[in-house]
Amino acid sequence: MRKFLFGLAMLAIVAAACAPEDDTSSAPTDGTTATDTPVDAATCAADASLVNDGMLTIGTGNPAFPPWWEGGTTQAHKEWEFNDPYLGEGFEGATVFAVAEQLGFTPEQIEFVPVPFNKSFAPGPKDFDFVLQQISYSDKREQAVDFSDSYYDVNQALVSVKGSDLEGATTLAELQGAKLGAPLGTTSFDYIDQNIQPTEEPAVYNDLNGAVQALKNGQIDGIVVDLPTAFFITAVQIPKGIIVGQFPTVGAQEYFALALEKGSTLTECLDLAIGALKDDGTLASIQQEWLSDNTSAPVIEG
Amino acid sequence: MAGGVPGVGSSRGVPRLDPEQPLPPGSNRSRILGGGESGSRSVWVAVASTVIFFGLAVVLIVSSPGWPEIKSTFFNGRIFSESFPKIVRQFSTNIFIFIVAEIFVLIVALFFAVLRSLPGPVFAPLRILAIAYTDVFRGIPTILVISLLGFGMPALQLQGLPKSEVFWAIVALVLVYSAYVAEVYRAGIESVHPSQTAAARSLGLSRMQSMRHVVLPQAVRRVMPPLLNDFIGLQKDSALVAFLGVVEGLQTANIISAAEFNYTPFVSLALVYLVITIPQTRFVDWLIARDRRQRQGGTTL
Repeated sequence: MRKFLFGLAMLAIVAAACAPEDDTSSAPTDGTTATDTPVDAATCAADASLVNDGMLTIGTGNPAFPPWWEGGTTQAHKEWEFNDPYLGEGFEGATVFAVAEQLGFTPEQIEFVPVPFNKSFAPGPKDFDFVLQQISYSDKREQAVDFSDSYYDVNQALVSVKGSDLEGATTLAELQGAKLGAPLGTTSFDYIDQNIQPTEEPAVYNDLNGAVQALKNGQIDGIVVDLPTAFFITAVQIPKGIIVGQFPTVGAQEYFALALEKGSTLTECLDLAIGALKDDGTLASIQQEWLSDNTSAPVIEG
Repeated sequence: MAGGVPGVGSSRGVPRLDPEQPLPPGSNRSRILGGGESGSRSVWVAVASTVIFFGLAVVLIVSSPGWPEIKSTFFNGRIFSESFPKIVRQFSTNIFIFIVAEIFVLIVALFFAVLRSLPGPVFAPLRILAIAYTDVFRGIPTILVISLLGFGMPALQLQGLPKSEVFWAIVALVLVYSAYVAEVYRAGIESVHPSQTAAARSLGLSRMQSMRHVVLPQAVRRVMPPLLNDFIGLQKDSALVAFLGVVEGLQTANIISAAEFNYTPFVSLALVYLVITIPQTRFVDWLIARDRRQRQGGTTL
């Protein structure tokens, strides 16, 4: 019996040792119930709780893919591959620096952290204030995170290679027998699954590079990605690559949004910032600067 | 003997033991109850301490500040019931991959094990080949072998070379796991006493015949438990084909997880794996216990 009591004592010690930490961080309050709605993003952001005080901490994917991020790598931020986000170049780079300015942050007050896609919705404390990496809004995803308003309305497109059977396809019916692929975490797979519905089971790659390699190898006939990424693939990654066409929107317009912790006080500030950038034409000119070559492609009809 | 305690005193061929006497080492006493105390008191203590331990653990987890978030992110009922059937359906790809791979592993590994066990200086190159093979493929992470073959071989653009990711994933798993299983076989072969071979040879059997009819049957029987353990490892590693774009169990879970921003599909997948592997681990335990019984029975009687 003594042994048994000793065992119990040990259990109690273990239990005490892993007692919950004191929750010192104040719980985020629901922004929608605020009585005095701030008029501009900077005022709003001044009251928002941030991961690092006085800093805007932004998460994005590493490598930072063009045309969303541009400018190449730098010695100052060696950990970033393909492009250094601190340069503020590329469509998402320029957008996020403009948003930060609206929120009242100088470029020196911006910090970037690499956030793999499937960590952007992990539970528990976040190490970023918001994350942007071509994350499409959906009502299902909004159950887990907060989303800002749209910063880019996106269409899906089909990439293939010269000489492929898919070259010149203008209807979804012509894609029925094709083996298609998409990167994980994109809505491109959903588009294949729900709208194209090919007879061959589509392939899903952990990142864009996997999909590109498989297309080069001839393991798949085509990749479905968002249109700007399609232009990047054909311009840079696959010399023989072609954009077969872009797909019509089915249902609600798909858009990229900034993602935040559920109930974040910063959400409405981001909406105000994006709204201001839309009103004064900044967002349109950023889009013109970084994605202007990437807007025209034939449409594949349903 | 304590009534209803599984395994105690039920072994055939072992003389019944006085429960108050300490059991000999390696006897078939229940591992769940552990040694030491005996009789109904040990059952009572085991039950009480189990209930209290897991009760405390559950209370600790459920009362933690992050629990409501964890619950909705990892244990969402709606997402579980939606994802589970889809994952089970796509898991058929994993089952196909690991069954085909296991069949080839049994053959390839035996080949290399026999190669390595060949005696005499003449066979030195073959032994070196076998050693190099096991060293290389046991030393490289499976994910690397899979992605090197799966993305690399089709990139050669050679006529007649398959492009199927599933094909190359199976090749990669066979290469990696044959290296492990070859070592398991070799341990089995070396555990057969040399006098067995000597006796077989003196009866006029050739070297190959004594290997085939005397050594291997004993070796394979002895290595069944570690061999099945490696197979369970192989079955779990079949998830690595996801890396090549194959929408099998893991990639299906990934897709649903990305669409829902929720990790519940991974819990669904974990359950599928447990349903597949736990019966096998129990079977391995049973094999080990049977083997021990038989050998002990042989010495006692």
